[in-house]
Amino acid sequence: MHRTLALLVVGVSLAFGVDWFLGEFIEEYVVRIINLCGIAIILAVSLNVINGLCGQFSLGHAGFMAIGAYVSAYFTTTLRVLNTETGETIVRAPLFDGAWGFVPALLVGGAAAAAAGLIVGVPTLRLKGDYLAIATLGFGEIVIILLTNFDSVGAARGLPGLPNYASSFWILTFAWICVVGSVFLQRSTFGRALIAIRENELAAEVMGIRVARLKVMAFIYGAFFAGIAGGLLGHLLRTISPSTFGFMKSIEVVVMLVLGGLGSLTGAIVGAIVLTVLPEALRDVEQQAKLPGIRMVVYALVLILMMIFRPQGIFGQRELSLKLLRRVLPARLRGGDSETKP
Amino acid sequence: MSVLLETELLTICFGGLTAVDQCCLSIEEGDLYGLIGPNGAGKTTVFNMLTGVYVPTSGSVKFRGRLISGRSPVEVARLGISRTFQNIRLFDELSVLENAMTGAHQHAKINLFDSLLRTSRHYREERRQRERAYELLQFMGLEERAGLPAKQLPYGHRRRLEIARALATEPRLICLDEPAAGMNTGEKAELSALIRRIRDELGVTVLLIEHDMKLVMGICEKIQVLDYGKTIALGPPKEIQNNPKVIEAYLGGD
Repeated sequence: MHRTLALLVVGVSLAFGVDWFLGEFIEEYVVRIINLCGIAIILAVSLNVINGLCGQFSLGHAGFMAIGAYVSAYFTTTLRVLNTETGETIVRAPLFDGAWGFVPALLVGGAAAAAAGLIVGVPTLRLKGDYLAIATLGFGEIVIILLTNFDSVGAARGLPGLPNYASSFWILTFAWICVVGSVFLQRSTFGRALIAIRENELAAEVMGIRVARLKVMAFIYGAFFAGIAGGLLGHLLRTISPSTFGFMKSIEVVVMLVLGGLGSLTGAIVGAIVLTVLPEALRDVEQQAKLPGIRMVVYALVLILMMIFRPQGIFGQRELSLKLLRRVLPARLRGGDSETKP
Repeated sequence: MSVLLETELLTICFGGLTAVDQCCLSIEEGDLYGLIGPNGAGKTTVFNMLTGVYVPTSGSVKFRGRLISGRSPVEVARLGISRTFQNIRLFDELSVLENAMTGAHQHAKINLFDSLLRTSRHYREERRQRERAYELLQFMGLEERAGLPAKQLPYGHRRRLEIARALATEPRLICLDEPAAGMNTGEKAELSALIRRIRDELGVTVLLIEHDMKLVMGICEKIQVLDYGKTIALGPPKEIQNNPKVIEAYLGGD
Protein backbone atom coordinates (compact mmCIF):
# COMPACT_ATOMS: atom_id res chain seq x y z
CA MET A 1 0.00 0.00 0.00
CA HIS A 2 2.79 2.43 0.93
CA ARG A 3 4.59 1.35 -2.18
CA THR A 4 1.55 2.07 -4.31
CA LEU A 5 1.18 5.55 -2.83
CA ALA A 6 4.88 6.22 -3.28
CA LEU A 7 4.68 5.08 -6.90
CA LEU A 8 1.66 7.29 -7.48
CA VAL A 9 3.46 10.31 -6.02
CA VAL A 10 6.52 9.55 -8.16
CA GLY A 11 4.34 9.19 -11.26
CA VAL A 12 2.40 12.37 -10.68
CA SER A 13 5.52 14.41 -9.99
CA LEU A 14 7.26 12.93 -13.01
CA ALA A 15 4.27 13.78 -15.17
CA PHE A 16 4.23 17.27 -13.68
CA GLY A 17 7.93 17.74 -14.37
CA VAL A 18 7.74 16.42 -17.91
CA ASP A 19 4.63 18.49 -18.62
CA TRP A 20 6.48 21.64 -17.53
CA PHE A 21 9.59 20.71 -19.50
CA LEU A 22 7.61 19.98 -22.65
CA GLY A 23 5.71 23.22 -22.32
CA GLU A 24 8.87 25.30 -21.88
CA PHE A 25 11.34 23.78 -24.27
CA ILE A 26 9.74 21.49 -26.81
CA GLU A 27 7.88 22.52 -29.93
CA GLU A 28 4.18 21.86 -29.99
CA TYR A 29 4.27 19.31 -32.79
CA VAL A 30 6.63 17.05 -30.84
CA VAL A 31 4.60 17.49 -27.66
CA ARG A 32 1.55 16.34 -29.57
CA ILE A 33 3.32 13.19 -30.72
CA ILE A 34 4.43 12.50 -27.16
CA ASN A 35 0.85 12.91 -26.00
CA LEU A 36 -0.37 10.51 -28.67
CA CYS A 37 2.34 8.06 -27.57
CA GLY A 38 1.04 8.26 -24.00
CA ILE A 39 -2.49 7.47 -25.15
CA ALA A 40 -1.22 4.65 -27.38
CA ILE A 41 0.64 3.18 -24.41
CA ILE A 42 -2.56 3.12 -22.34
CA LEU A 43 -4.38 1.42 -25.22
CA ALA A 44 -1.71 -1.17 -25.95
CA VAL A 45 -0.99 -2.03 -22.32
CA SER A 46 -4.67 -2.42 -21.49
CA LEU A 47 -5.35 -4.54 -24.56
CA ASN A 48 -2.34 -6.64 -23.61
CA VAL A 49 -4.21 -7.75 -20.50
CA ILE A 50 -7.04 -9.15 -22.64
CA ASN A 51 -5.12 -10.37 -25.70
CA GLY A 52 -1.68 -10.99 -24.31
CA LEU A 53 -2.10 -12.24 -20.75
CA CYS A 54 -5.49 -13.89 -20.95
CA GLY A 55 -5.12 -14.91 -24.60
CA GLN A 56 -8.61 -13.72 -25.59
CA PHE A 57 -8.22 -12.21 -29.01
CA SER A 58 -10.32 -9.05 -28.86
CA LEU A 59 -10.80 -6.61 -31.71
CA GLY A 60 -13.21 -4.34 -29.87
CA HIS A 61 -10.83 -1.93 -28.20
CA ALA A 62 -11.90 1.07 -30.29
CA GLY A 63 -15.49 0.43 -29.23
CA PHE A 64 -14.51 0.78 -25.57
CA MET A 65 -12.54 3.91 -26.46
CA ALA A 66 -15.56 5.43 -28.16
CA ILE A 67 -17.73 4.84 -25.13
CA GLY A 68 -15.14 6.41 -22.84
CA ALA A 69 -14.68 9.37 -25.16
CA TYR A 70 -18.38 10.14 -25.63
CA VAL A 71 -19.29 9.67 -21.97
CA SER A 72 -16.47 11.86 -20.69
CA ALA A 73 -17.25 14.46 -23.37
CA TYR A 74 -20.84 14.48 -22.16
CA PHE A 75 -19.66 15.46 -18.71
CA THR A 76 -17.17 18.10 -19.83
CA THR A 77 -19.40 19.75 -22.44
CA THR A 78 -23.10 19.05 -22.19
CA LEU A 79 -23.23 19.77 -18.48
CA ARG A 80 -22.00 23.28 -19.21
CA VAL A 81 -24.51 25.88 -20.33
CA LEU A 82 -23.78 29.37 -21.46
CA ASN A 83 -25.70 32.01 -19.62
CA THR A 84 -26.65 34.29 -22.50
CA GLU A 85 -27.19 37.34 -20.28
CA THR A 86 -23.87 37.40 -18.48
CA GLY A 87 -21.83 35.37 -20.95
CA GLU A 88 -20.68 33.00 -18.17
CA THR A 89 -20.73 29.25 -18.34
CA ILE A 90 -22.73 27.53 -15.72
CA VAL A 91 -21.86 24.01 -14.72
CA ARG A 92 -24.79 21.95 -13.59
CA ALA A 93 -22.68 19.39 -11.76
CA PRO A 94 -19.93 21.19 -9.83
CA LEU A 95 -17.86 17.99 -9.57
CA PHE A 96 -17.15 18.26 -13.29
CA ASP A 97 -16.14 21.91 -13.20
CA GLY A 98 -12.85 23.23 -14.53
CA ALA A 99 -9.69 21.34 -15.40
CA TRP A 100 -9.99 19.22 -12.26
CA GLY A 101 -13.46 18.19 -13.32
CA PHE A 102 -11.75 16.36 -16.15
CA VAL A 103 -10.64 13.54 -13.84
CA PRO A 104 -14.10 12.53 -12.63
CA ALA A 105 -15.34 12.87 -16.22
CA LEU A 106 -12.60 10.54 -17.41
CA LEU A 107 -13.28 8.08 -14.62
CA VAL A 108 -16.98 8.01 -15.44
CA GLY A 109 -16.06 7.41 -19.07
CA GLY A 110 -13.76 4.58 -18.00
CA ALA A 111 -16.48 3.12 -15.81
CA ALA A 112 -18.98 3.23 -18.67
CA ALA A 113 -16.47 1.44 -20.92
CA ALA A 114 -15.84 -1.10 -18.14
CA ALA A 115 -19.57 -1.74 -17.93
CA ALA A 116 -19.53 -2.33 -21.68
CA GLY A 117 -16.60 -4.69 -21.10
CA LEU A 118 -18.79 -6.68 -18.73
CA ILE A 119 -21.62 -6.73 -21.25
CA VAL A 120 -19.29 -7.93 -24.01
CA GLY A 121 -17.31 -10.27 -21.78
CA VAL A 122 -20.15 -12.39 -20.43
CA PRO A 123 -21.89 -13.52 -23.64
CA THR A 124 -18.61 -14.05 -25.51
CA LEU A 125 -17.20 -16.35 -22.83
CA ARG A 126 -17.95 -19.44 -24.84
CA LEU A 127 -16.18 -18.10 -27.91
CA LYS A 128 -12.56 -18.74 -28.68
CA GLY A 129 -10.03 -17.55 -31.21
CA ASP A 130 -11.45 -16.29 -34.50
CA TYR A 131 -15.03 -16.42 -33.27
CA LEU A 132 -14.25 -14.19 -30.33
CA ALA A 133 -12.35 -11.81 -32.61
CA ILE A 134 -15.38 -11.53 -34.88
CA ALA A 135 -17.82 -11.06 -31.98
CA THR A 136 -15.71 -8.27 -30.45
CA LEU A 137 -15.28 -6.72 -33.87
CA GLY A 138 -19.06 -6.77 -34.16
CA PHE A 139 -19.33 -5.02 -30.81
CA GLY A 140 -17.04 -2.24 -32.02
CA GLU A 141 -19.11 -1.80 -35.15
CA ILE A 142 -22.36 -1.72 -33.16
CA VAL A 143 -20.99 1.12 -31.04
CA ILE A 144 -19.95 3.06 -34.15
CA ILE A 145 -23.30 2.53 -35.87
CA LEU A 146 -25.23 3.62 -32.79
CA LEU A 147 -23.12 6.75 -32.47
CA THR A 148 -23.50 7.54 -36.16
CA ASN A 149 -27.27 7.37 -35.92
CA PHE A 150 -28.05 9.22 -32.72
CA ASP A 151 -28.54 12.89 -33.36
CA SER A 152 -28.12 13.73 -29.70
CA VAL A 153 -24.42 12.83 -29.94
CA GLY A 154 -23.97 14.65 -33.21
CA ALA A 155 -24.48 11.59 -35.40
CA ALA A 156 -21.80 11.32 -38.09
CA ARG A 157 -20.61 14.89 -37.42
CA GLY A 158 -19.63 13.95 -33.91
CA LEU A 159 -19.11 16.27 -30.99
CA PRO A 160 -17.05 19.39 -31.61
CA GLY A 161 -15.60 21.86 -29.15
CA LEU A 162 -14.37 19.61 -26.38
CA PRO A 163 -12.39 21.62 -23.85
CA ASN A 164 -8.64 21.50 -24.06
CA TYR A 165 -8.15 19.40 -20.93
CA ALA A 166 -5.94 16.54 -22.07
CA SER A 167 -2.61 18.04 -21.09
CA SER A 168 0.59 16.04 -21.12
CA PHE A 169 0.29 15.94 -17.35
CA TRP A 170 -2.96 13.98 -17.35
CA ILE A 171 -1.97 11.75 -20.24
CA LEU A 172 1.32 10.80 -18.65
CA THR A 173 -0.28 10.36 -15.23
CA PHE A 174 -2.88 7.95 -16.57
CA ALA A 175 -0.31 6.15 -18.69
CA TRP A 176 1.75 5.69 -15.54
CA ILE A 177 -1.24 4.41 -13.56
CA CYS A 178 -2.17 2.02 -16.36
CA VAL A 179 1.35 0.63 -16.68
CA VAL A 180 1.95 0.27 -12.94
CA GLY A 181 -1.49 -1.28 -12.48
CA SER A 182 -0.84 -3.77 -15.26
CA VAL A 183 2.56 -4.71 -13.85
CA PHE A 184 0.92 -5.26 -10.47
CA LEU A 185 -1.84 -7.29 -12.07
CA GLN A 186 0.60 -9.39 -14.07
CA ARG A 187 2.72 -10.14 -11.03
CA SER A 188 -0.06 -11.37 -8.83
CA THR A 189 -2.07 -14.50 -8.35
CA PHE A 190 -4.60 -13.08 -10.83
CA GLY A 191 -1.93 -12.46 -13.45
CA ARG A 192 -0.66 -16.00 -13.12
CA ALA A 193 -4.21 -17.30 -13.35
CA LEU A 194 -4.78 -15.28 -16.55
CA ILE A 195 -1.60 -16.69 -18.09
CA ALA A 196 -2.68 -20.17 -16.98
CA ILE A 197 -5.94 -19.68 -18.89
CA ARG A 198 -4.00 -18.61 -21.96
CA GLU A 199 -1.56 -21.50 -21.75
CA ASN A 200 -4.05 -24.26 -21.10
CA GLU A 201 -7.65 -23.54 -20.29
CA LEU A 202 -8.60 -27.07 -19.26
CA ALA A 203 -5.66 -27.37 -16.88
CA ALA A 204 -6.55 -23.97 -15.42
CA GLU A 205 -10.12 -25.15 -14.78
CA VAL A 206 -8.90 -28.33 -13.13
CA MET A 207 -6.71 -26.18 -10.84
CA GLY A 208 -9.91 -24.54 -9.63
CA ILE A 209 -9.19 -21.25 -11.39
CA ARG A 210 -12.51 -19.50 -12.07
CA VAL A 211 -11.90 -19.16 -15.76
CA ALA A 212 -15.14 -17.39 -16.68
CA ARG A 213 -14.84 -14.83 -13.91
CA LEU A 214 -11.21 -14.05 -14.72
CA LYS A 215 -11.87 -13.64 -18.44
CA VAL A 216 -14.62 -11.13 -17.70
CA MET A 217 -12.32 -9.41 -15.24
CA ALA A 218 -9.66 -9.06 -17.94
CA PHE A 219 -12.26 -7.56 -20.28
CA ILE A 220 -13.42 -5.10 -17.63
CA TYR A 221 -9.88 -4.06 -16.78
CA GLY A 222 -8.89 -3.60 -20.42
CA ALA A 223 -12.11 -1.77 -21.27
CA PHE A 224 -11.74 0.61 -18.33
CA PHE A 225 -8.37 1.87 -19.50
CA ALA A 226 -9.50 1.92 -23.12
CA GLY A 227 -12.31 4.22 -21.96
CA ILE A 228 -9.83 6.45 -20.18
CA ALA A 229 -7.65 6.56 -23.29
CA GLY A 230 -10.70 7.40 -25.39
CA GLY A 231 -11.57 10.29 -23.07
CA LEU A 232 -8.01 11.57 -23.22
CA LEU A 233 -7.87 11.30 -27.00
CA GLY A 234 -11.19 13.11 -27.32
CA HIS A 235 -10.00 16.01 -25.23
CA LEU A 236 -6.71 16.10 -27.08
CA LEU A 237 -8.27 16.15 -30.56
CA ARG A 238 -11.09 18.31 -29.18
CA THR A 239 -13.50 16.88 -31.71
CA ILE A 240 -14.76 13.37 -31.67
CA SER A 241 -16.72 11.58 -34.34
CA PRO A 242 -17.61 7.93 -34.79
CA SER A 243 -14.99 7.55 -37.53
CA THR A 244 -12.21 8.30 -35.01
CA PHE A 245 -13.01 5.00 -33.30
CA GLY A 246 -13.51 2.79 -36.32
CA PHE A 247 -12.33 -0.71 -36.93
CA MET A 248 -8.88 0.50 -38.02
CA LYS A 249 -8.27 1.98 -34.59
CA SER A 250 -8.73 -1.47 -33.00
CA ILE A 251 -6.45 -3.01 -35.58
CA GLU A 252 -3.84 -0.34 -34.92
CA VAL A 253 -3.74 -1.28 -31.24
CA VAL A 254 -3.53 -4.99 -32.03
CA VAL A 255 -0.65 -4.28 -34.42
CA MET A 256 1.17 -2.41 -31.65
CA LEU A 257 0.86 -5.48 -29.45
CA VAL A 258 1.92 -7.91 -32.13
CA LEU A 259 4.89 -5.74 -33.06
CA GLY A 260 6.08 -5.50 -29.47
CA GLY A 261 5.36 -9.13 -28.70
CA LEU A 262 1.96 -10.36 -27.61
CA GLY A 263 1.98 -10.95 -23.87
CA SER A 264 4.92 -8.68 -23.11
CA LEU A 265 4.06 -5.49 -21.27
CA THR A 266 7.28 -3.72 -22.19
CA GLY A 267 6.73 -4.96 -25.73
CA ALA A 268 3.33 -3.28 -25.74
CA ILE A 269 4.90 0.00 -24.64
CA VAL A 270 7.64 -0.18 -27.27
CA GLY A 271 5.12 -1.19 -29.96
CA ALA A 272 2.87 1.73 -29.03
CA ILE A 273 5.72 4.23 -29.24
CA VAL A 274 7.16 2.85 -32.47
CA LEU A 275 3.83 2.78 -34.28
CA THR A 276 2.96 6.30 -33.14
CA VAL A 277 6.31 7.84 -33.98
CA LEU A 278 7.04 5.90 -37.18
CA PRO A 279 4.26 7.39 -39.36
CA GLU A 280 5.23 10.89 -38.21
CA ALA A 281 8.93 10.31 -38.81
CA LEU A 282 8.13 8.93 -42.23
CA ARG A 283 6.17 12.06 -43.01
CA ASP A 284 9.48 13.94 -43.07
CA VAL A 285 11.03 11.32 -45.30
CA GLU A 286 8.08 11.65 -47.61
CA GLN A 287 8.59 15.38 -47.99
CA GLN A 288 12.32 15.06 -48.50
CA ALA A 289 12.04 12.31 -51.08
CA LYS A 290 9.09 13.96 -52.79
CA LEU A 291 7.27 10.66 -52.82
CA PRO A 292 3.83 11.30 -51.39
CA GLY A 293 2.22 8.18 -50.00
CA ILE A 294 5.47 6.27 -49.51
CA ARG A 295 4.82 6.57 -45.79
CA MET A 296 2.15 3.88 -45.78
CA VAL A 297 4.24 1.65 -48.01
CA VAL A 298 7.17 1.77 -45.61
CA TYR A 299 4.87 1.33 -42.65
CA ALA A 300 3.39 -1.80 -44.19
CA LEU A 301 6.80 -3.04 -45.24
CA VAL A 302 8.10 -2.77 -41.68
CA LEU A 303 5.20 -4.87 -40.47
CA ILE A 304 5.60 -7.47 -43.20
CA LEU A 305 9.33 -7.79 -42.58
CA MET A 306 8.57 -8.13 -38.89
CA MET A 307 6.14 -10.99 -39.55
CA ILE A 308 8.70 -12.77 -41.71
CA PHE A 309 11.79 -12.39 -39.57
CA ARG A 310 10.45 -12.07 -36.06
CA PRO A 311 6.83 -13.28 -35.90
CA GLN A 312 6.89 -13.40 -32.11
CA GLY A 313 7.35 -9.61 -31.97
CA ILE A 314 10.29 -7.55 -30.77
CA PHE A 315 10.24 -8.98 -27.27
CA GLY A 316 8.38 -12.24 -27.73
CA GLN A 317 6.78 -12.86 -24.37
CA ARG A 318 9.79 -11.60 -22.49
CA GLU A 319 9.92 -8.40 -20.52
CA LEU A 320 12.58 -5.77 -20.88
CA SER A 321 14.14 -5.85 -17.45
CA LEU A 322 17.51 -5.43 -15.79
CA LYS A 323 17.79 -9.20 -15.73
CA LEU A 324 17.31 -9.49 -19.48
CA LEU A 325 19.73 -6.64 -20.14
CA ARG A 326 22.32 -8.37 -17.99
CA ARG A 327 21.88 -11.55 -19.99
CA VAL A 328 22.08 -9.82 -23.34
CA LEU A 329 25.01 -7.53 -22.55
CA PRO A 330 28.49 -8.98 -23.08
CA ALA A 331 30.11 -10.35 -19.92
CA ARG A 332 32.62 -7.58 -19.43
CA LEU A 333 29.90 -4.96 -19.37
CA ARG A 334 27.97 -6.78 -16.69
CA GLY A 335 28.19 -5.39 -13.18
CA GLY A 336 29.35 -7.46 -10.23
CA ASP A 337 26.71 -8.70 -7.84
CA SER A 338 24.24 -5.88 -8.26
CA GLU A 339 21.35 -8.25 -7.62
CA THR A 340 18.25 -6.23 -6.90
CA LYS A 341 15.02 -7.63 -5.68
CA PRO A 342 12.16 -6.93 -8.07
CA MET B 1 -12.50 -45.81 6.88
CA SER B 2 -15.14 -43.71 5.23
CA VAL B 3 -15.99 -43.71 1.57
CA LEU B 4 -14.47 -40.68 -0.14
CA LEU B 5 -15.59 -41.17 -3.70
CA GLU B 6 -18.33 -43.38 -4.99
CA THR B 7 -19.68 -43.81 -8.49
CA GLU B 8 -22.89 -45.63 -9.24
CA LEU B 9 -23.52 -47.22 -12.62
CA LEU B 10 -21.49 -44.49 -14.30
CA THR B 11 -22.12 -44.62 -18.03
CA ILE B 12 -21.16 -42.38 -20.91
CA CYS B 13 -21.94 -42.77 -24.59
CA PHE B 14 -20.35 -40.94 -27.47
CA GLY B 15 -22.77 -41.42 -30.31
CA GLY B 16 -23.24 -45.17 -30.58
CA LEU B 17 -20.17 -46.03 -28.55
CA THR B 18 -20.56 -46.75 -24.87
CA ALA B 19 -17.12 -45.71 -23.65
CA VAL B 20 -17.80 -46.49 -20.01
CA ASP B 21 -20.54 -48.89 -19.07
CA GLN B 22 -22.03 -48.95 -15.58
CA CYS B 23 -18.77 -48.35 -13.80
CA CYS B 24 -18.93 -48.58 -10.01
CA LEU B 25 -16.01 -47.26 -8.06
CA SER B 26 -15.77 -47.04 -4.32
CA ILE B 27 -12.70 -45.34 -2.99
CA GLU B 28 -12.12 -45.04 0.73
CA GLU B 29 -10.19 -42.32 2.43
CA GLY B 30 -6.50 -43.22 2.43
CA ASP B 31 -6.74 -45.69 -0.43
CA LEU B 32 -4.11 -46.16 -3.06
CA TYR B 33 -6.44 -47.28 -5.77
CA GLY B 34 -5.38 -48.48 -9.20
CA LEU B 35 -7.53 -48.30 -12.32
CA ILE B 36 -6.09 -50.41 -15.10
CA GLY B 37 -7.12 -51.87 -18.39
CA PRO B 38 -5.95 -52.28 -21.97
CA ASN B 39 -5.80 -49.30 -24.34
CA GLY B 40 -9.19 -47.77 -24.99
CA ALA B 41 -10.77 -49.41 -21.97
CA GLY B 42 -12.22 -46.09 -20.81
CA LYS B 43 -9.92 -45.25 -17.92
CA THR B 44 -9.24 -41.65 -18.85
CA THR B 45 -12.92 -41.21 -19.66
CA VAL B 46 -13.71 -42.23 -16.09
CA PHE B 47 -11.26 -39.58 -14.87
CA ASN B 48 -12.88 -36.99 -17.07
CA MET B 49 -16.26 -37.80 -15.57
CA LEU B 50 -14.91 -37.69 -12.03
CA THR B 51 -13.37 -34.25 -12.56
CA GLY B 52 -16.32 -32.68 -14.35
CA VAL B 53 -14.74 -32.54 -17.79
CA TYR B 54 -17.39 -34.90 -19.17
CA VAL B 55 -20.97 -35.14 -18.00
CA PRO B 56 -21.99 -38.80 -17.65
CA THR B 57 -24.92 -40.02 -19.76
CA SER B 58 -26.30 -41.79 -16.72
CA GLY B 59 -25.19 -42.77 -13.25
CA SER B 60 -23.75 -40.58 -10.54
CA VAL B 61 -20.55 -39.55 -8.86
CA LYS B 62 -20.57 -38.82 -5.14
CA PHE B 63 -17.64 -37.17 -3.42
CA ARG B 64 -17.69 -36.92 0.37
CA GLY B 65 -21.39 -37.71 0.26
CA ARG B 66 -22.15 -34.91 -2.19
CA LEU B 67 -23.38 -35.44 -5.72
CA ILE B 68 -20.78 -33.96 -8.07
CA SER B 69 -21.63 -35.41 -11.47
CA GLY B 70 -22.72 -32.59 -13.76
CA ARG B 71 -20.72 -29.95 -11.92
CA SER B 72 -18.07 -27.97 -13.75
CA PRO B 73 -14.36 -28.86 -13.50
CA VAL B 74 -13.79 -25.65 -11.51
CA GLU B 75 -16.38 -26.60 -8.90
CA VAL B 76 -15.09 -30.16 -8.64
CA ALA B 77 -11.54 -28.89 -8.22
CA ARG B 78 -12.68 -26.57 -5.45
CA LEU B 79 -14.40 -29.45 -3.67
CA GLY B 80 -11.08 -31.24 -3.41
CA ILE B 81 -10.41 -33.46 -6.41
CA SER B 82 -7.29 -32.70 -8.36
CA ARG B 83 -5.74 -34.46 -11.30
CA THR B 84 -2.90 -34.71 -13.76
CA PHE B 85 -3.21 -35.34 -17.47
CA GLN B 86 -2.07 -38.20 -19.65
CA ASN B 87 -0.75 -35.69 -22.18
CA ILE B 88 0.99 -33.22 -19.90
CA ARG B 89 -0.75 -29.87 -19.63
CA LEU B 90 1.60 -27.46 -17.94
CA PHE B 91 1.57 -23.68 -18.22
CA ASP B 92 4.66 -23.55 -20.41
CA GLU B 93 5.40 -19.85 -20.22
CA LEU B 94 5.25 -19.74 -16.43
CA SER B 95 8.19 -20.79 -14.30
CA VAL B 96 8.22 -24.10 -12.45
CA LEU B 97 7.46 -22.34 -9.17
CA GLU B 98 4.68 -20.25 -10.72
CA ASN B 99 3.11 -23.39 -12.16
CA ALA B 100 2.88 -24.86 -8.69
CA MET B 101 1.60 -21.53 -7.36
CA THR B 102 -1.35 -21.55 -9.76
CA GLY B 103 -2.53 -24.65 -7.93
CA ALA B 104 -2.72 -22.62 -4.73
CA HIS B 105 -4.67 -19.83 -6.46
CA GLN B 106 -8.07 -21.30 -5.64
CA HIS B 107 -7.51 -20.76 -1.93
CA ALA B 108 -6.59 -17.08 -2.33
CA LYS B 109 -8.86 -14.95 -0.18
CA ILE B 110 -7.95 -11.64 -1.75
CA ASN B 111 -9.61 -9.64 -4.48
CA LEU B 112 -8.18 -7.89 -7.52
CA PHE B 113 -7.89 -4.54 -5.73
CA ASP B 114 -5.63 -6.05 -3.09
CA SER B 115 -3.23 -6.92 -5.87
CA LEU B 116 -3.64 -3.69 -7.83
CA LEU B 117 -3.05 -1.58 -4.72
CA ARG B 118 -0.46 -3.94 -3.26
CA THR B 119 -2.05 -4.20 0.16
CA SER B 120 -0.47 -6.27 2.91
CA ARG B 121 -3.04 -8.97 2.16
CA HIS B 122 -1.57 -9.26 -1.33
CA TYR B 123 1.94 -9.79 -0.01
CA ARG B 124 0.73 -12.29 2.57
CA GLU B 125 -1.06 -14.25 -0.15
CA GLU B 126 2.00 -14.23 -2.43
CA ARG B 127 4.14 -15.50 0.44
CA ARG B 128 1.64 -18.21 1.29
CA GLN B 129 1.48 -19.42 -2.29
CA ARG B 130 5.21 -19.27 -2.80
CA GLU B 131 5.95 -21.16 0.40
CA ARG B 132 3.36 -23.83 -0.28
CA ALA B 133 4.51 -24.24 -3.88
CA TYR B 134 8.14 -24.43 -2.83
CA GLU B 135 7.37 -27.09 -0.21
CA LEU B 136 5.69 -29.21 -2.84
CA LEU B 137 8.52 -28.69 -5.31
CA GLN B 138 10.88 -29.93 -2.60
CA PHE B 139 8.60 -32.86 -2.00
CA MET B 140 8.72 -33.75 -5.68
CA GLY B 141 12.45 -33.05 -5.90
CA LEU B 142 12.13 -30.06 -8.21
CA GLU B 143 13.24 -27.22 -5.95
CA GLU B 144 16.49 -26.66 -7.83
CA ARG B 145 14.55 -25.94 -11.00
CA ALA B 146 12.05 -23.56 -9.39
CA GLY B 147 13.08 -20.54 -11.48
CA LEU B 148 13.19 -22.31 -14.84
CA PRO B 149 10.41 -21.84 -17.40
CA ALA B 150 8.27 -24.97 -17.33
CA LYS B 151 8.81 -25.56 -21.06
CA GLN B 152 12.52 -26.12 -20.42
CA LEU B 153 11.96 -29.00 -18.00
CA PRO B 154 12.92 -32.50 -19.11
CA TYR B 155 10.07 -34.91 -19.63
CA GLY B 156 10.21 -36.80 -16.34
CA HIS B 157 10.30 -33.55 -14.38
CA ARG B 158 7.32 -32.23 -16.29
CA ARG B 159 5.26 -35.14 -15.04
CA ARG B 160 6.41 -34.47 -11.51
CA LEU B 161 5.65 -30.79 -11.78
CA GLU B 162 2.11 -31.64 -12.81
CA ILE B 163 1.74 -33.67 -9.65
CA ALA B 164 3.20 -30.85 -7.54
CA ARG B 165 0.77 -28.41 -9.13
CA ALA B 166 -2.16 -30.74 -8.48
CA LEU B 167 -1.08 -31.15 -4.85
CA ALA B 168 -0.92 -27.37 -4.41
CA THR B 169 -4.71 -27.29 -4.70
CA GLU B 170 -4.76 -29.13 -1.34
CA PRO B 171 -6.92 -31.96 -2.68
CA ARG B 172 -8.52 -34.79 -0.72
CA LEU B 173 -8.22 -37.01 -3.75
CA ILE B 174 -5.62 -36.85 -6.48
CA CYS B 175 -6.17 -38.62 -9.77
CA LEU B 176 -2.96 -39.47 -11.59
CA ASP B 177 -3.37 -40.29 -15.26
CA GLU B 178 -0.44 -42.48 -16.32
CA PRO B 179 2.18 -40.61 -14.32
CA ALA B 180 4.93 -43.06 -15.29
CA ALA B 181 4.31 -43.01 -19.03
CA GLY B 182 7.53 -42.57 -20.93
CA MET B 183 9.76 -42.86 -17.86
CA ASN B 184 12.73 -45.19 -17.52
CA THR B 185 13.02 -47.88 -14.82
CA GLY B 186 14.96 -45.67 -12.42
CA GLU B 187 12.50 -42.79 -12.74
CA LYS B 188 9.59 -45.19 -12.29
CA ALA B 189 11.04 -46.51 -9.03
CA GLU B 190 11.45 -42.96 -7.73
CA LEU B 191 7.95 -42.09 -8.82
CA SER B 192 6.32 -45.04 -7.09
CA ALA B 193 8.09 -44.09 -3.87
CA LEU B 194 6.77 -40.54 -4.31
CA ILE B 195 3.21 -41.71 -4.94
CA ARG B 196 3.29 -43.75 -1.77
CA ARG B 197 4.59 -40.72 0.14
CA ILE B 198 1.75 -38.58 -1.23
CA ARG B 199 -0.66 -40.92 0.53
CA ASP B 200 1.40 -41.58 3.65
CA GLU B 201 2.88 -38.16 4.37
CA LEU B 202 0.43 -35.75 2.80
CA GLY B 203 -2.63 -37.85 3.59
CA VAL B 204 -4.05 -37.50 0.09
CA THR B 205 -6.04 -40.41 -1.31
CA VAL B 206 -4.62 -41.53 -4.65
CA LEU B 207 -6.45 -42.87 -7.68
CA LEU B 208 -4.00 -44.06 -10.28
CA ILE B 209 -4.29 -44.99 -13.93
CA GLU B 210 -1.19 -46.76 -15.11
CA HIS B 211 -0.07 -49.10 -17.81
CA ASP B 212 3.04 -50.25 -16.06
CA MET B 213 1.92 -53.42 -14.27
CA LYS B 214 4.96 -53.64 -12.05
CA LEU B 215 4.34 -50.13 -10.73
CA VAL B 216 0.62 -50.65 -10.18
CA MET B 217 1.01 -54.06 -8.56
CA GLY B 218 3.83 -52.68 -6.41
CA ILE B 219 2.02 -49.75 -4.86
CA CYS B 220 -1.74 -50.10 -5.21
CA GLU B 221 -3.72 -51.87 -2.56
CA LYS B 222 -6.89 -52.17 -4.56
CA ILE B 223 -7.09 -52.55 -8.29
CA GLN B 224 -10.04 -52.31 -10.62
CA VAL B 225 -9.73 -53.56 -14.17
CA LEU B 226 -11.74 -52.06 -17.02
CA ASP B 227 -12.15 -53.56 -20.46
CA TYR B 228 -14.32 -52.01 -23.16
CA GLY B 229 -15.87 -49.77 -20.51
CA LYS B 230 -16.90 -52.61 -18.23
CA THR B 231 -15.40 -53.57 -14.91
CA ILE B 232 -14.05 -57.10 -15.23
CA ALA B 233 -12.21 -57.48 -11.97
CA LEU B 234 -11.76 -55.78 -8.61
CA GLY B 235 -9.50 -56.75 -5.74
CA PRO B 236 -6.01 -56.72 -4.26
CA PRO B 237 -3.05 -57.08 -6.67
CA LYS B 238 -2.52 -60.77 -6.01
CA GLU B 239 -6.05 -61.68 -7.04
CA ILE B 240 -5.93 -59.49 -10.10
CA GLN B 241 -2.72 -61.05 -11.32
CA ASN B 242 -4.28 -64.50 -11.28
CA ASN B 243 -7.70 -63.52 -12.56
CA PRO B 244 -8.35 -65.38 -15.84
CA LYS B 245 -10.60 -62.61 -17.19
CA VAL B 246 -7.84 -60.05 -16.73
CA ILE B 247 -5.29 -62.25 -18.40
CA GLU B 248 -7.68 -62.74 -21.27
CA ALA B 249 -8.32 -59.02 -21.63
CA TYR B 250 -4.63 -58.24 -21.77
CA LEU B 251 -3.36 -61.21 -23.74
CA GLY B 252 -6.46 -61.99 -25.77
CA GLY B 253 -8.46 -65.20 -25.63
CA ASP B 254 -10.35 -67.39 -28.00
